[in-house]
Amino acid sequence: MTPASLMAGPDLARPGRLQQATAWRAGGVLALLAAVALFPLVFTNALVTTIAVDTLIFVAAAAAWNIFSGYSGYISLGHAVFFGCGAYTVGIGARDWQLTGLSVFALLPLAAVVAAVVAVPFGLVALRVRRHTFVVVTIAVFFIFQLMAFNFSFTGGTTGVAAPFLVWNPGTYNDPFYYLALAIGVATIGLSWLIRGSRFGLQLRAIRDDEDRARGLGVRTMRVKLAAFMISAFVTGLLGGLWFYFITQVLPQSGFDPAFDLSVALMAFLGGLGTVSGPVLGALVLVPAQQYLTEQFTNDYLSQIVLGTLFLGVILLLPRGVIPTASEKITSWRARRSGRLAGQAAAATGLAAAPPGEPSAAAGPAGKESAR
Amino acid sequence: MGRQIYEAVVDGVLVGGVYGLMAVGLTLIFGVLDIINIAQGILVILGAYLSYALSVHLHIDLFLGLLITVPAMFVIGVAIYWAFMRPLRGRERTSMSLLASYAVAIILEGILYWIFSPNYVQLNAWYVTASVRVFGFYLPYIYLFGFVLALVLVLVLYLILYRTRFGRSVRATMQDQTASRLIGIDVNRVAAVTFGIGVAVTAVGGMVYGATSGGFNPNSGYDLISRLLAIIILGGLGSIGGALAAAVFMITLESVVSIWSPNWAIVVFYAALVLVLTIRPSGLFGRQAVRLQ
Amino acid sequence: MSALLRAEQISKAFGGVQALSDCTVEVERGSITGLIGPNGSGKTTLFNIITGYEHVDTGDVYADDRKITNARPERAFALGIGRTFQLTRIFPRLTVMENMLVASQHRGSGRWHSPLARAGGPADRRRAMELLEFTGIAGHATALADTLSYGQRKLLELSYVLVADPAIVLLDEPAGGVNPSLIQHIAAKIRELNARGTTFLIVEHNMDFVMGLCDRVTVLDYGTVVASGPPEIIRSDPRVLDAYLGTTEEDDDEPAQ
Repeated sequence: MTPASLMAGPDLARPGRLQQATAWRAGGVLALLAAVALFPLVFTNALVTTIAVDTLIFVAAAAAWNIFSGYSGYISLGHAVFFGCGAYTVGIGARDWQLTGLSVFALLPLAAVVAAVVAVPFGLVALRVRRHTFVVVTIAVFFIFQLMAFNFSFTGGTTGVAAPFLVWNPGTYNDPFYYLALAIGVATIGLSWLIRGSRFGLQLRAIRDDEDRARGLGVRTMRVKLAAFMISAFVTGLLGGLWFYFITQVLPQSGFDPAFDLSVALMAFLGGLGTVSGPVLGALVLVPAQQYLTEQFTNDYLSQIVLGTLFLGVILLLPRGVIPTASEKITSWRARRSGRLAGQAAAATGLAAAPPGEPSAAAGPAGKESAR
Repeated sequence: MGRQIYEAVVDGVLVGGVYGLMAVGLTLIFGVLDIINIAQGILVILGAYLSYALSVHLHIDLFLGLLITVPAMFVIGVAIYWAFMRPLRGRERTSMSLLASYAVAIILEGILYWIFSPNYVQLNAWYVTASVRVFGFYLPYIYLFGFVLALVLVLVLYLILYRTRFGRSVRATMQDQTASRLIGIDVNRVAAVTFGIGVAVTAVGGMVYGATSGGFNPNSGYDLISRLLAIIILGGLGSIGGALAAAVFMITLESVVSIWSPNWAIVVFYAALVLVLTIRPSGLFGRQAVRLQ
Repeated sequence: MSALLRAEQISKAFGGVQALSDCTVEVERGSITGLIGPNGSGKTTLFNIITGYEHVDTGDVYADDRKITNARPERAFALGIGRTFQLTRIFPRLTVMENMLVASQHRGSGRWHSPLARAGGPADRRRAMELLEFTGIAGHATALADTLSYGQRKLLELSYVLVADPAIVLLDEPAGGVNPSLIQHIAAKIRELNARGTTFLIVEHNMDFVMGLCDRVTVLDYGTVVASGPPEIIRSDPRVLDAYLGTTEEDDDEPAQ
């Protein structure tokens, strides 16, 4: 029983079992959280924690991307715009207001707001066009921003912006970043889960399936899409700001990196587009994998080839991603099992009533709430 | 000043014609297959490198080399379609093909980096450096030759589309795949060949690009594809005339703006796209966004 | 004699094709009106125009004497005009229940709903289940709409259109491609709803279905109304038979009861 099926309302099944399953789930999640929280205290190797911070940032980024692109079906390849805006906001703020140490973190909310504000005109233009045009528009806007970063003086041009020196213990340097990234990640995942079960999320997913029909039924499609876009931008900007401080500098091509959207999209696709846990899984697998690849193949280009092939493989072989495919397999296994039992019962009592002419039980995987 | 603008416009039109050819290939692929081929940019670069290899290692003239590279790129196009695009099914076909072609682009870029290294190279021939006085100023021959060739090819494409049976099949498939199947058109074959043609034109575009860009390397693919995408969207997805017009228009615009500021010229390019889309979401000549039923 | 819905002198052309030409159709309150005609006679176009999916060239549409010409689909829906499509449109990746809940979005307006609230409060769910039980697919409430058979999808589309309690429902080929017993089922449901006050305008090719169900039938041909009246009259009207080119012999005349 997934959390979403809790949202299915007063259910047909046995309430006691439901509560038991929920309790197990909640316990599992808490244990996981505790483990993750203690991670940097146990594994103090800076290299390991650096990868961990990177991973967490991408977990949150993938989850944020999914809140918009996964749920609405509008694939955005321009989220790097928000990431870069966030990074530059913190950088420029720290530079111009001479902030150092922990006070730099105070700029993070500003980074998020800036990104969300950028999302408004961006979204108003981009969300009016059809889906395939939308992708291209996001790419175009991305390039506009990258070019602006290169050309404006306040962004530092080709030299970018450097972070102020840090004032805490270099030994546990990564820790504040780790915990911040973790907090943002958990919050984003939680938000994603909330949205999915909510009215807002339902409208988004209806838009994904049939936007015109949804609009015809009274869904305010532009508003809904723009809201999701802004929420997604907000988190992505937040992460960009954090990332900037973590790697201590931002350049036009690093803040506005074409590979960013591609990686995030790949993570979401691998794990399962439009699910809550999919992007998380995708990031958890891909970030360390990417790290591993760049180390194994000192030849940069080979790692690029492998990454591309991996991407291609995921799209061709696992188009729906790991989580939905796995969930389907489990459900069909369960259905077959209970089908056998039900079949025996039905044979004894006669076929259940149903609309004339229709089979009495949906054959095959009658999945739980939509593609989990 | 006036003179500079005049030169910039001529330059823009001539180069725009070549971009137009490549954009036509891209928009044709979309019109028939509903696929946005992000790999088109890197394929142009591949075409350029092929011409480079033929020219430098086998001393084959660039234009003559096209006799080899065009069929080669055609085959590559068909292969890419067959292996990576055709298997994609389902409701999200267009998004998935977009990502798949993006993946193919990354792989190709990596391969090109591996084989040719990131060093910038340039295609050379007598007509690249030698200029002729035409239209009132000195222009390298390659611009003229390239433009003429691009125009000829667009004409050939037009003739194929509107005067041959195959072309009719292509146009039918563009309008309605199911109906086309019902009247006996082998839609798969049409799709594969169209993709092949769409890619084959990049051989020509690549050669001209390689000769006139002042140096290219595998990374140049990004710049190319973003322009091509902007062009076909502006012209209207699926509209061949639109792609051509948009190409000439935007490249000329960029060329003129770069008199004042080369850096900002490219921003104008994209800004023009965004502006047009705000007013007319389906592009200049695009089919109106059709409401389902 | 109050017309709940009135399409007056509608003309619509697509490029060179005149889909509707000075077409006037009236639907009386509380009736089940059939709209028939050969393929290409403009029936679906008329539906599209009434429900706002197409704009008229000339003419007007009135709902309850209020002019709604060229209103947007969501407005038509809000005004109580429900509509199904020839190619059934459901939300495949949502569950059946969720499909119903999408349609209940704008009910209970006046109270501000938090967007993050659970999708579908108890009242909405109850009503959804009632409707699903009415049409007979309640057993599939938690199934993905994608897994439904063709006939079940038609029932789902009908169900969610009913969520908004429309005054009139436009059905586009409800019996198309469906087996006979399900057709009977659908016809029975339409009669039940009609008895409770819902008006229907039905486009159909299945003559038995139309003749057995409708109080009144309007015939379109080449975009204009050729005949209009009770089914018995229409059936033997030579103009109608003419329009259908070749269906002059009716061997089995017994309409479904």
